[in-house]
Parts: sequence; structure tokens; C-alpha cells
Amino acid sequence: MSEAILKVEGLKTSFFTDDGEVPAVDGIDFSVNEGEILGIVGESGCGKSVTSLSIMGLLPAPPGKIVGGHIYYKGEDISHAKESRMRKLRGNDIAMIFQEPMTSLNPVFTIGEQLMEAIRLHNHLSKKELIERSVELLKLVGLPRAAELLDEYPHELSGGMRQRVMIAMAMSCNPKVLIADEPTTALDVTIQAQILDLMVKLNKETHTAIIMITHDLGVVAQMCNRVAVMYAGKIVEEGTVKDIFNHPEHPYTEGLIKSIPDLYGKKDSLYTIKGSVPKPGSITKGCLFAPRCEFVMDKCQVNRPELLGDGHKSRCFLHQGQGRKEVRK
Amino acid sequence: MSEALLQVENLKKYYPIKGGKFGKVSEIVRAVDGVSFSVREGETLGIVGESGCGKSTTGRMIMRLIEPTEGKIIFQNRNIMELSKHDMRKARKDIQMIFQDPFASLNPRHTVGHIIEEPMIVHKMGNRKQREARVEELLELVGLSAYHAKRYPHQFSGGQRQRIGIARALAVQPKVIIADEPVSALDVSVQSQVLNLLKDLQKKFNLTYIFIAHDLSVVRHISDRVGVMYLGKLVELSESEILYTDPKHPYTKALLSAVPVPDPDIKTNRIILEGDVPSPAHPPAGCTFHDRCPVAMDICSKERPNFKVLDDGRMISCHLYD
Repeated sequence: MSEAILKVEGLKTSFFTDDGEVPAVDGIDFSVNEGEILGIVGESGCGKSVTSLSIMGLLPAPPGKIVGGHIYYKGEDISHAKESRMRKLRGNDIAMIFQEPMTSLNPVFTIGEQLMEAIRLHNHLSKKELIERSVELLKLVGLPRAAELLDEYPHELSGGMRQRVMIAMAMSCNPKVLIADEPTTALDVTIQAQILDLMVKLNKETHTAIIMITHDLGVVAQMCNRVAVMYAGKIVEEGTVKDIFNHPEHPYTEGLIKSIPDLYGKKDSLYTIKGSVPKPGSITKGCLFAPRCEFVMDKCQVNRPELLGDGHKSRCFLHQGQGRKEVRK
Repeated sequence: MSEALLQVENLKKYYPIKGGKFGKVSEIVRAVDGVSFSVREGETLGIVGESGCGKSTTGRMIMRLIEPTEGKIIFQNRNIMELSKHDMRKARKDIQMIFQDPFASLNPRHTVGHIIEEPMIVHKMGNRKQREARVEELLELVGLSAYHAKRYPHQFSGGQRQRIGIARALAVQPKVIIADEPVSALDVSVQSQVLNLLKDLQKKFNLTYIFIAHDLSVVRHISDRVGVMYLGKLVELSESEILYTDPKHPYTKALLSAVPVPDPDIKTNRIILEGDVPSPAHPPAGCTFHDRCPVAMDICSKERPNFKVLDDGRMISCHLYD
């Protein structure tokens, strides 16, 4: 594997509300290599979207603020970069696709105007070249009638087509990293299949690294190389897709995988993780997953485990020192 | 299994679009276009399909929350389409619904106790004391506690709210529950809790479910039989085991192959469909799926396929199996 293009170290992002500081992202480390697809999975409220907004410098501030850690893009720390610097990076080097294809396009401008704006901001091209490049991009993402589409408005397009336009826009300046925040959640399965297929194809052709943020383990299994599982603002497990799905270490990861109904077989009842995700900052002592964990030990209530391991890392005492099998007995 | 408890025949819902100078009907949106199926007592019928295929409209028409344009709904040997408003209200005691959005379907100004009690008041069941006791019983039945009755919906998480919705549906001891995307707003770990609860309750009270969802794995898990809808029509309906292991309709095949499976070792042969679902105002002629169908024939664009029964008991509407 080639070296890391984007590296996040000890990132902490908090929201300062009337009720005090809420740590949404609480010290996470991960890196993405060139041409790789990294999945970040977790349930709602685990901090996965805040992570992506922190990287892009798009946190709503106030109340959001990066309170610690670093984000390195090609060795440059961009966690507290000036707005002017971020403007240069955004779109050109790091681009993002959002969940809602309905709301992330401006309804009063044509597709062409919006697409060309993004290209024009980072390149000096003539009008003719701009149009050529736009048509080329729309063709790249598999949209038919590319030239006509330039003059159409977002409401004339379906959800899947809009998401393709968003991807075209994100790819317009050949970014090195593409952050996709739940890009297919609002779409139907058959359209989702089209979009995921397209993203994998673009990744192979352009070697753009993709950070795929999703709650859908199926999407991760089908398209990512490596996965980081987040829970309550922390990464609880990280490894290759095979590691995570075939040998999950953290009880949370294992529980998540087991609680999905199987498309290929029928079980009588589904595995459940008891309780629900804690409010950020509500657990101050011990492992964040301890109240819901079925293997909980005394030390889990007192000490907070670290993310340890070689390649396949997990934040759980079961895999640090005392073996899991002994605990199961 | 016993005979059909609920039977739907040729159910249709057309929405006229008015336009022009005198509000003339310019177009007709065929949201549901001739759907027929039956549900046996104690079973779960799953209805799957993509957005806009008419699955929710079908569910709501059975409750007559949306008035059907045409068709029959026979429940316990009675065509409930012929009931007056007053009688329909009474009939709803036996057919209850669980809604998708646990945030929007509970009145934020009422306590949970009141929300669950209300259907009992409407149907004049018991006195106040009995109803209160029943509310507490229901709350415990769905995995909450009796003291939750005094709280308001905003104090609960999404999964807990969905449990409240289930308790409300159970309050009047219905025979049929129509669940419209009951778990799609929930996270996986909470989703599995609610699915298990629904299954347990079904066993306990011999409930009949019509389970409407877009998630194919969830539908397989809970359903005995599954119907697949596309553009207002059922395209395939069969025992869930048969449908999932050996889908026959090209749309069912594509739909099943498109589901991302949470196992990196399974490489599915994805059938990627071209384009989008057409607008129900302008459905393609012939078979409505023919313009996206990978195996379309000449006849498909001309003639609408009939719903027929194959040897294994499945019903299908496709010219390939004529």
C-alpha cells in the first residue's frame, strides 16, 4: 500500500451548548491511503458525520469546534487552517458528497451553472472549455443526454440523477480524497446499486481515495477495503473488511453484524444489543460500551480501554491480556 | 393454515391531476393499479417495493384512510368498502396500523398514557380504571415500564417511541396490524429489538400482519409470504422462502441482487437496472417494467401480462412464464 494521503490524529470535536460541552468526536485516529476506500460505520449520533465536517472545515461554528488533535493532508496540518486555504483545498483536493441529493443542489440554478461554478473556482478555462469539461463529467458519471442536462434545473431530475450530478461536481477537479457522507441512504436499492457501482469504477479509474461514511454494513462489505467502526465518538474497531466481518473483535461490531436480518436465510429471532446509544459525554468512567455489553467485566466499569492491535485494532479489554474465550466461559 | 382473513381484490387508487383553464382532468396518476391478494389468519404478508410503487397507499386503503377508487376489501366475509363512515370506525377496532415515523405519529402534547388510552376511549372499552390498568399492562408488554405512562413522547428514543406506537395499536386487541415501514427510521441494533418484539407479539396474540417495507432482508426475516410491487402493481407474490431462493420475475431478481450483503466473501452478480422508475402518470405501455427489463421481448411492450399462478404456488405477472 502506498502512504497515507489523509491522516487524522487524536481529533476531538465538541459542541458548546447551553448544557455545556458535548464531545461529539472524542479523540479518533485513522488514515486513508491513496486509491483506497475506507468505510466509517456507526449508528446515528456516533460522530461519523461530524468527523467528515471537521475534515472539510465545514463545522457549524459556533457551536462546533475542533478542540484537539490534527488533520494532515499530504503532511500539512489543516485542522486549524485559514478559510482561504480551506477554500483552495475544498473541491480541488478534498471533495464531499452529501446525503440529501434533494437539498444539496440549488433549485434556482441550472445543472450546468452549478457544475461550471465548481470548475471555474479552481481552473482558468474559457466558456467553451468549461462546457466541454462539464459534458465530459456528466458522461463520466453515466448520465444520458449530457449536453441537454446542462440547461435543466434540479427539480427535473430524479434522486439518482441528482446524486450523479453531485458526484460529477465532486469529481470535477480530480480530488485526491472524496468524502461520501451516506451518499445512497436516500435512494432505492436498485438506484443505490447503480451509484455504488459508479463510485467503485471512479475509484479504480482515477485513484481517488474515498472515505465512505455510512450506517449500512452491507454497503461497507461490498465496496470498502478497510473499515473503522465508531461508537459514541470513538473508533472501537479498525481493520480490513475481512477482519471486521469474519473475525470481529469488539462486542459492538459483533452485535451489529449479528443483528442484521439475513437475506439468504431465516433465523427465528434476531440478536439484539440491549439498550440504546448513550448521549455523548454521559459516560465519564470506564468503557463506553460497558452498559450494553454482554461480556462486561469489572475493569470495564472503571478503566477505559485503548485502541490497540497490529493492523486489526480494537478498543476492548477482551483482546488485551485476558483472552476472550476465558471470559465467555 | 386457515382460510383468508382479509382479501383484497383489484384495488385501485387513481389521482387525477387537474390543469388548464377550467380545472379539467389532464392526467391520471395510477398510484395503485389493480392489486389483489389475500392474507390468512396468523400469517405475515410482506409487501416490498421501491419508493412510489404504491405499497403505503395500499396499506392505507385497507384501513380506508385513503378512499380507494375501485376494488373490494373483504374482511371477515364483509366488504368493508360498503361500510358507512360510522361502521368503518367500528371496523377499525380490528385493523390497526403502525406508522413509519415514530417522531411524527405521536402527539407531542399528550402523555404516553393518554396516547395509548385514546383508541380504547374511541371504541368505548372499559371504564377509566380498567383502561389505566390496561395501559400499564400494554407498556410492559412492549418492553417499557408502567411509570412511562406519565411521560411525554419527546422523552423517549426512536426505538422506544416505536414501542409506544405498537402498544397503541394493540390497545384495542386488533386482529390485523398493518405496519408501514415500522423499522426504517431505526438504527440496526434497535431495529432488531423491534422486529423481535413484533414476532413475539404475533405468537402471543395470533396477530396477522401486513408488513410494508423497502428493506428486503427485514421483510424476509418477518414474513411468511411476500409480494413485490412495481409501479402500482404486484409483479410477484409467493412464499417468502421460494421468492428469496428462486426469484422468477426479472424485477424481483434485480431487486434482490441489488441489496448490499454484509459479508465481503459473498460476491453477488449484480443486475444493474438502467434508468429510474417511470412516473406513474405515464406508465409504459404493455408490461410496466419492459423499458428497464434486461430480458424484454416484443410482446412486453404491447400486452400487459396477466397475474397467473405457477406450479409452486407463486403468482407472477410476466410474459416469460406464459
